[in-house]
Amino acid sequence: MFDFHKNHKILVLASLVGFVTLSFIVAVFPAYQMQDVAPLPDQAKLTDQEREGLHVYISQGCVTCHTQQVRNIEMDNVWGDRPSIPSDYYYSKQRIDVWRQSPSLLGSERTGPDLTNIGKRQSSPDWHLLHLYNPRSVVGASVMPSYPWLFDVVDSSSVKEEDVVVNLPENFAGPSGTTVIAKDEALQLVAYLKSLKQTELPDGQVEKFIPALKKIQTEGMEGGTKSTGPDGGNLYQQVCAVCHQADGTGVAGAFPPLAGSPIVNNEDPEMMIKIILQGYDARSEYAVMQPFADQLSDVEIAAIATHERSSWGNDAPEVKEEDVKKIRDFVEQEAMQ
Amino acid sequence: MGKISRLMVLGKYTSVFLILALPEFVMAQAEPVSSENWVTSPGIIGTLILIFIVLFVAAIIFLAKLNAYVDNLRTRQIDKKKMAFDEELLALEEGEIDAILDKRKKALNYKLTGNELGGNERVVDEKGLVNRVTHEPENPMVDEKKKTPLAIETPEPLKKIVIYYLGAAVCWLVFGTLVGQYLGMKFVWPEMDSVSWLSFGRLRPVHTNAVFWGWASLAMIGLGYFVIARTSNTKIYSYKAAWWALILINLTVILGTICLMAGINNGGGEYREYIWPVMLLFAIALVITFWNFYKTVASRKISDIYVSNWYILAALIWTTVLAIIGYLPFYQDGLGETVTQGYYMHQGVGMWFMTFTLGLVYYYLPSALNKPIYSYSLGVLAFWTQMLFYTMIGTHHFVFSPLPWWLQTTAIVFSAGMFIPVVAGTTNFLMTMKGSWNHISKSYVLPFFLVGVIFYFVGSTQGSLQAFRFTNYVWHFTDFNVAHSHMTMYGIITFILWACMYTILPKLTGKEPPQVFVGAHFWIAFLGLFAYMVSLMVGGTYKGLSWIDGNAFIESVILMKPYWVWRAIGGTAMFISHLIFAYNFYYMVNNKKPIENLDAPVLERVNN
Repeated sequence: MFDFHKNHKILVLASLVGFVTLSFIVAVFPAYQMQDVAPLPDQAKLTDQEREGLHVYISQGCVTCHTQQVRNIEMDNVWGDRPSIPSDYYYSKQRIDVWRQSPSLLGSERTGPDLTNIGKRQSSPDWHLLHLYNPRSVVGASVMPSYPWLFDVVDSSSVKEEDVVVNLPENFAGPSGTTVIAKDEALQLVAYLKSLKQTELPDGQVEKFIPALKKIQTEGMEGGTKSTGPDGGNLYQQVCAVCHQADGTGVAGAFPPLAGSPIVNNEDPEMMIKIILQGYDARSEYAVMQPFADQLSDVEIAAIATHERSSWGNDAPEVKEEDVKKIRDFVEQEAMQ
Repeated sequence: MGKISRLMVLGKYTSVFLILALPEFVMAQAEPVSSENWVTSPGIIGTLILIFIVLFVAAIIFLAKLNAYVDNLRTRQIDKKKMAFDEELLALEEGEIDAILDKRKKALNYKLTGNELGGNERVVDEKGLVNRVTHEPENPMVDEKKKTPLAIETPEPLKKIVIYYLGAAVCWLVFGTLVGQYLGMKFVWPEMDSVSWLSFGRLRPVHTNAVFWGWASLAMIGLGYFVIARTSNTKIYSYKAAWWALILINLTVILGTICLMAGINNGGGEYREYIWPVMLLFAIALVITFWNFYKTVASRKISDIYVSNWYILAALIWTTVLAIIGYLPFYQDGLGETVTQGYYMHQGVGMWFMTFTLGLVYYYLPSALNKPIYSYSLGVLAFWTQMLFYTMIGTHHFVFSPLPWWLQTTAIVFSAGMFIPVVAGTTNFLMTMKGSWNHISKSYVLPFFLVGVIFYFVGSTQGSLQAFRFTNYVWHFTDFNVAHSHMTMYGIITFILWACMYTILPKLTGKEPPQVFVGAHFWIAFLGLFAYMVSLMVGGTYKGLSWIDGNAFIESVILMKPYWVWRAIGGTAMFISHLIFAYNFYYMVNNKKPIENLDAPVLERVNN
């Protein structure tokens, strides 16, 4: 009966049945089951504009370089507060239209940063627009492509009130007399990027990351004694440098310099810590700064502030964790009233 | 070539060792991962050994070439001495030493007039006996090889089908790798252009899909037509169907490329970026081709189905199923899409390219060496284990992701199981080559096969090692993946397809390209691939370690820059080798008779 080498019908049938069976076991059934999830209680639906932005994201092939999955391992902790779970993709991973399937958002390569939480990490639309128009205007070493076709370069006199103008630094701006304004696609894409935030799990559930061995060892060795604390320079690179730049010079017309800034160099760090916690929108010539109270702990803010106060020619006293805590409590009380 | 058989034994022992040591790798999942001793982690050591194997084989090929050249020189000297000795003997026999001495004296006094070999007459090759004139008969690396012995009697329509499929494939190879090379340069100069149709995100799938569906698929099917007809000892069921499939596949790639560049894609999942109306054309072509092959095998004139046909028929069925499962929408919302994606992108490589290409090796390798395959049974074992293990491992692209843990673990365990078909296949091919190692110095077909087979072992094993949790921890999401996919799609599939083409085309058309070009093709492609692969592997490893150490992301971009430059250089070399290959292909298939190339100026140069 199983004379595969003489009977072509049996051979073809056996390989067909075998493969289809295995495929159902390993792909079709699990895939079907994976659809059976509900969104988290606080999870926001995508607005129409955000959904359009998701389509731009797919059409430009952003998924080739950006992942959207926080894996359950320690190193991915920088991309989100908890590992991703199937519910996270409830609204975004649905069939786009009759021609296109559910988008492959998880991605397979991190040539650029993971974007799971980009809306929280970077909520400034001005930054996103600058970055899309030319990534190197805000991140000098970036290899990301520019997306000038999402923008119009128009005569400065014809700019209408409702147009969203991109304030480019001098060396990236177009010929004088022209202004760069964002097209709808760019605004949609930015709306989508800003919507990318991890939803908190209900009842304060915590999903753990698998830790790295090195960390366990150092913690074990130090025992009860206080650890040395986070590296302010590295945190600055991760959190602040995209706007204020690695050398603290900022981007003219968009993000103020920290080098030589009177607020940073002030003996009393209160104002500086308040800005980091609450964000800042007092100066119209610069973009709005987002609050970091939810993202950074007291000790992290202290480390970053200390780094900023002692770098690029700045010279101001160190900031202690207690200082930050005091101001955070004060700010929270203020908000309660 | 004792060295190579020793190497093979070494390879076998290594793999046995790996299988024995497997449980330990697989079990070590739950433990925390450390970046401290990364150099001594099994996955990394394994990969280093594997790369070393490739280098070692390349060195052997090089030495074999050199050796052949030196041997050749030595033999000629010995021959000369022998002749002189014979003359002496003759002289003694008749006792005519005096006469000979006289003669010798005369001979010593003889002066050449200067035109003994020529004359005033113009040289004319009236009988058409001379077909090539060269001034450099000896060239160590790319010397003249033995001509392909005999042309195979092939029906004209079949010959035409094979050549047209391969011709279209060559065009897509040149186009696809031109795009690839351009993309590689964009890592070095991100501002090269700011045209939406040429932006990285749109162009990358153009590259992968063009080389997948355009180059490799068309080349495989074209070569497959010859195998099917030949091993069934019959003629192709329908030539018309073959032409239709050719048109459909080309149409798929053309339309798909235009759509992708215009920003219309299926959702960004790798290798299924073409939207379904485009991919449907490919699926129809697959079904037509399957039906054509199946009917041909069904009308075979011998009772057995040769093992090549098992692989080829199965590849066509499996890929049809795969395309259907990959594109049906009923289970693809949410992470259902991700499960399907893992399955689809791995099976696309495993069930289509790998399976079909193995089928081709089972025919063309023995055919090139003019001997039977080492073991039919090993081929059959590899066939069924290929189906079982390969199908289960797609999810290893999503280790640590939100996909179910059991699915990830299944994928890792079965990845380890991949050693069985890989070792079975590699052993079978190397044992077939055993005893014919001298072909390395005689022709370029065997070196192409050897590199392909060694990469089959190295690339597949490395892929399995990469699925283990620690190596995944370091390498996942880095450029190492790109290195791995080039090691397999290029090192295995493309090298083997070239080997098959250089085997069969001269037999079909009776024309072999100049060996200096085949040699250039081989070495430039190989060295280019090596530069490409090693730079991305090293860079990818550093990138992963930088992430583990918690450095800012941009640091990992900056540290990659020199490696991206080397990748672009390697990629450029690969592309140049494809231009040479395209010329060789043209040389083999163009209709001009070789004698017409021999024009008067060449003969005059010989005269003077």
